Amino acid sequence: MLTLDRLVRRFPNGTEALHEASLHIGKGDFITLLGPSGCGKSTLLRLIAGLDQPDQGRIAWASGTAPAPGEIGFVFQDPTLLPWADAADNVFLPLRLRGRSRSGAAAEIQAALARVGLERFAHAHPRELSGGMRMRVSIARALVTRPRLLLMDEPFAALDEFTRFRLQEDLQGLWRELGCTVVFVTHSIYEACFLARRIVLMTPRPGRIAQEIVSRLTPGPGARLALAYTELVAEVTRAMQASLARAAA
Amino acid sequence: MTRFAPTLFAGFFLVLWEAAVRLAGAPEYLVPGPVAIVGAFLATPSLFLASLASTLGVTATALAVAAVLGVALALVMQASPLARAAFQPWTVVLQVTPIVAIAPLVVVWVGDPFASVVICATIIAFFPVFSATATGLAAAPPELLDLFRLNGARRWDTLLLLRLPAALPYFLAGLRISGGLALVGTVSAEIVAGSGGVASGLAYRILEAGYRLQVPRMFAALALLSASGVAINAALGALGRALLRGRGEA
Ligand SMILES: Nc1ncnc2c1ncn2[C@@H]1O[C@H](COP(=O)(O)OP(=O)(O)OP(=O)(O)O)[C@@H](O)[C@H]1O
Ligand SMILES: [Mg+2]
Repeated sequence: MLTLDRLVRRFPNGTEALHEASLHIGKGDFITLLGPSGCGKSTLLRLIAGLDQPDQGRIAWASGTAPAPGEIGFVFQDPTLLPWADAADNVFLPLRLRGRSRSGAAAEIQAALARVGLERFAHAHPRELSGGMRMRVSIARALVTRPRLLLMDEPFAALDEFTRFRLQEDLQGLWRELGCTVVFVTHSIYEACFLARRIVLMTPRPGRIAQEIVSRLTPGPGARLALAYTELVAEVTRAMQASLARAAA
Repeated sequence: MTRFAPTLFAGFFLVLWEAAVRLAGAPEYLVPGPVAIVGAFLATPSLFLASLASTLGVTATALAVAAVLGVALALVMQASPLARAAFQPWTVVLQVTPIVAIAPLVVVWVGDPFASVVICATIIAFFPVFSATATGLAAAPPELLDLFRLNGARRWDTLLLLRLPAALPYFLAGLRISGGLALVGTVSAEIVAGSGGVASGLAYRILEAGYRLQVPRMFAALALLSASGVAINAALGALGRALLRGRGEA
């Protein structure tokens, strides 16, 4: 789907967030970007989304052109909903910005809310929803334009473990059902191993791609208890420790 | 109990005041008690109420003008960094200049008493609503701004669907402060204009009664002014709560 070719991002204050980060993202991939805080994960995601430009290197899209508005869905760490709009209007926002009418989009909005299990909460305002439900609205908002690429920046980091497990399983289900490409940033080795087909480790700042581990885990809720999951976590932990040790040396 | 505490305190205070005045035998032209003050009001109620209406009319007009100008300037500064750089430092001048110091100049220049009082009150009411709105327009969360960009939003969409609604609570908080200041500005300007014998507001009633040593009348006008201030503050607070509740917040 796209290839990141030796991306460098240096901020005006001199911080080098990314140093020659290269990665191929295939169509239908589920990739987790895993790395210590400040290693440039969010920066990388923003470059892919076109919200920021690299100082060196390039992003090559398989289609030849950068995606049009709405072809990329972005989910932030906070749900960032409009507090004055109800769930349905929050989900409608990306469609509205592309000139769609509210009545014409009603079916899509309802379908997007149903996909995240919130069909009965279309008229609830953010303050009436729990943290997990708000994040679901945020995911529905990202999915409503049927994006080819879904970028997620630690979307579940602020949630309790019960909610997080539930949303991880739901997200994996959605990915299999919709067949979109997902790049998911996380701090959590457990989360990365459970979700992803490819676990990409980044070095401490300036971030580079240190290593990639391909998961052979059978996806699904049962995966958490599988021996293969524990082994995968161990493998990723070892790789992470080795990467941190190399960086410290 | 805490709900009624302010009312209880007021009642207690008034009774104490009346008792003290009577026991001390203080003459009415020095310290009138509450009964004498109410009596002064009831002697010419229509005169007081007409003055009250005049003062409140000026205050409301000035507040409306200040709100419109404040929002307009905040929008211009949001749209253009150059305008922001040019105006920002100067808006503070409006905030720090004492209104009684400019009022005589405005009265001389403008001539028309109503217009000059409105202008003075607008000058003093302008800053809070302007600066709060400017802050609110700039306070939209960066992630939401990114989301708008990702979906190809034009500037106009971002303003209409994100910046303006996000600024509403800020605007309302600023408007509430400006409401109180509009009254202060109106009374200050009325005092200046009133000494020329042109105004008809409550401040003029105070001046007039002062010249004639009718202290209870001064107190009656003062009480109406305080009550107006409290009412303006409460009304704008209620308006804010109603608007925010109406769109599902607060
Ligand atoms: N706009 C900016 N200006 C200057 N420095 C920045 C900017 N954005 C990020 N940085 C710096 O770049 C580095 C990488 O930031 P980034 O947000 O990409 O890290 P991250 O891996 O997402 O961290 P975390 O896991 O804590 O979210 C950090 O050191 C950060 O301080
Ligand atoms: Mg980050």
